Amino acid sequence: MTSPDTTLEKQGLRNWLLSEQPASRRQARFGQVYRTWLAFRGNRLGMLGLGIVLALVLVALFAGVIAPYDPLTGGDLRTERLLPPSWEHLMGTDDLARDIFSRIVYGSRVTLLVVALVAAIATPVGLLVGTTAGYFGGWVDTVLMRVTDIFLAFPRLILALAFVAALGPGIENAIIAIAITSWPPYARLARAETLTIRNAEHIDAIRLQGASPVRIIWGHVMPLCLSSVIIRVTLDMAGIILTAAGLGFLGLGAQPPQPEWGAMIAAGRRFLIDYWWVATMPGIAIFVVSLGFNFLGDGLRDVLDPKAQQQ
Amino acid sequence: MTDIPVQSEGRASALPGWALKLGKLVVTVAVTLFGLLLVTFLIGRVVPVDPVLSVVGDRASPSTYEKVYLELGLDRPLYEQFYLYAKKAVTGDFGESLLTKKPILQDLARAFPATLELATAGILIGTLLGIPAGVWAAVRQGRLIDQLVRIFGLVGYSAPIFWLGLMGLLLFYAKWGIVPGPGRIDISYEYSFTPTTGLLLLDTAMQGQWGAFRNVLSHLALPASLLGYLSMAYIARMTRSFMLNELAQEYVVTARVKGVAEWRIIWVHALRNAAVPLVTVIALSYAHLLEGSVLTETVFAWPGLGQYLTNSLQNADMNAVLGGTLLIGIVFVGLNIFSDLLYTLLDPRVRRRL
Repeated sequence: MTSPDTTLEKQGLRNWLLSEQPASRRQARFGQVYRTWLAFRGNRLGMLGLGIVLALVLVALFAGVIAPYDPLTGGDLRTERLLPPSWEHLMGTDDLARDIFSRIVYGSRVTLLVVALVAAIATPVGLLVGTTAGYFGGWVDTVLMRVTDIFLAFPRLILALAFVAALGPGIENAIIAIAITSWPPYARLARAETLTIRNAEHIDAIRLQGASPVRIIWGHVMPLCLSSVIIRVTLDMAGIILTAAGLGFLGLGAQPPQPEWGAMIAAGRRFLIDYWWVATMPGIAIFVVSLGFNFLGDGLRDVLDPKAQQQ
Repeated sequence: MTDIPVQSEGRASALPGWALKLGKLVVTVAVTLFGLLLVTFLIGRVVPVDPVLSVVGDRASPSTYEKVYLELGLDRPLYEQFYLYAKKAVTGDFGESLLTKKPILQDLARAFPATLELATAGILIGTLLGIPAGVWAAVRQGRLIDQLVRIFGLVGYSAPIFWLGLMGLLLFYAKWGIVPGPGRIDISYEYSFTPTTGLLLLDTAMQGQWGAFRNVLSHLALPASLLGYLSMAYIARMTRSFMLNELAQEYVVTARVKGVAEWRIIWVHALRNAAVPLVTVIALSYAHLLEGSVLTETVFAWPGLGQYLTNSLQNADMNAVLGGTLLIGIVFVGLNIFSDLLYTLLDPRVRRRL
């Protein structure tokens, strides 16, 4: 938007967004987002991360168009097994003569599904527990935070393992298990934020107007906690992907023939020495995607977290 | 750890600070351990596997089934079952493993040293490389080396460790033959000494079996470096941030004005102050290596806790899984509390407040 041939209309939009005196709440909000975007745009690694994540979403959406072969049914088992990478099979084929590139392309859907669902389950739970504990204080706080601490007392993968062991392997159960182990840090963060907000004057004003605690928490405390929790969730997404891949690698996540990246590495492990590409390619996919989420989260934190900016 | 109100808070003001702190600590530990037991118990309850059938087998007569059902206490209310479970667990009785037919505690005791050795080697590598990298990045803030350390760290956060392990085996073992394959020790050395501590490096060194010692060391090199890389990424990042904080303090300016050599300011003055929070960071990443070791051990056929856990999982040996989970949880909590205590002991400012 800063290129010389910017149209007058765009200049107008830009001025509207950057206005020092927004005329409406909507303008202020859009202006805030635009300013954040301008700051974020200067962060090269952050932009790279955003690009990777967008690419992941696009690949997942258009998997049917991008993938040259079917991800589940392979070619001729006599002639097309374990072929090395070539122009016909960009990443080679696996032991069932399936095109690895196509499987990785379809696997992006599984990865995106896991990340989206875990975030959609764990974020609200963490927010709710944290804001409730922080707002009410007293024994509510003690009980909720004790429960949170107990969940934090297990390393994440171990607890997820135990849950999947109990619920049975499968992608849905893996998602539930990861979500169960993901919410406690968000709850702690939301509680800490709530403690700083709860005694603010505008909250007192709302309380004096007779708003119920539910309304105050839902309408006035939670929105203020949201941005820091979202940064935290974005930073966690790489961890979520790695945990899901780890569960898949141990055979507890998505079940064959679903093209899940971690399970694909496990399947390629048997041929590692003679047919290196079978296990290597899905690992590169996991690595690139979680690197993308890490870059994005890091960039977002630099822009949105005032504490990080000081350094 | 959040503060929790202690029952006797009214009278507590008469007690010295450390007693109050100790009391809180005891309550925290007790509540957390209770929670660990409760969580593992509840996980054990939702298993779709019939616990009776896993004891008596498919072809048991109804009367045997009934007998075992009563023996396991499954007819009693849930809270009573939990009480029985907790009572047994506290005395170290987790039942018998379906897989090895041995008491689970015995299995865990045999697997634990292998994990301990691996994680300790990992944390040593991570600390020895991570702290200098972090200090260097802080001193050259914003420059090329800072960026490199940051990217190197992010790469460490992003790569799946089991995949890195496989790639390591592919390159260093299969292609170049620099390191030995999976396992803790070659079979030819396995019976050349008597295992006493279970820490093979220690055992072989104490008995003067230097050939075996070197063999163990070479087996340890690759998996420990991988875990070390993981913790290094975190330690370097935190060191950088603590050092930036310290280098901006006024005592650094004072030291400079007095003409103290720059290396001395960095490595003696600033690092000593940054060391206190760093201890916490190192203890925490040590605990997290337990997690990383589950996947690493699977890749390297390392007979530790992680492998025991995954083996039991794949054989639906639920008691063993829960016992292992509980043990890891306890070690994890222990390390957390240990780092808390160490922080108190090391920082005179915190200590004086007691």
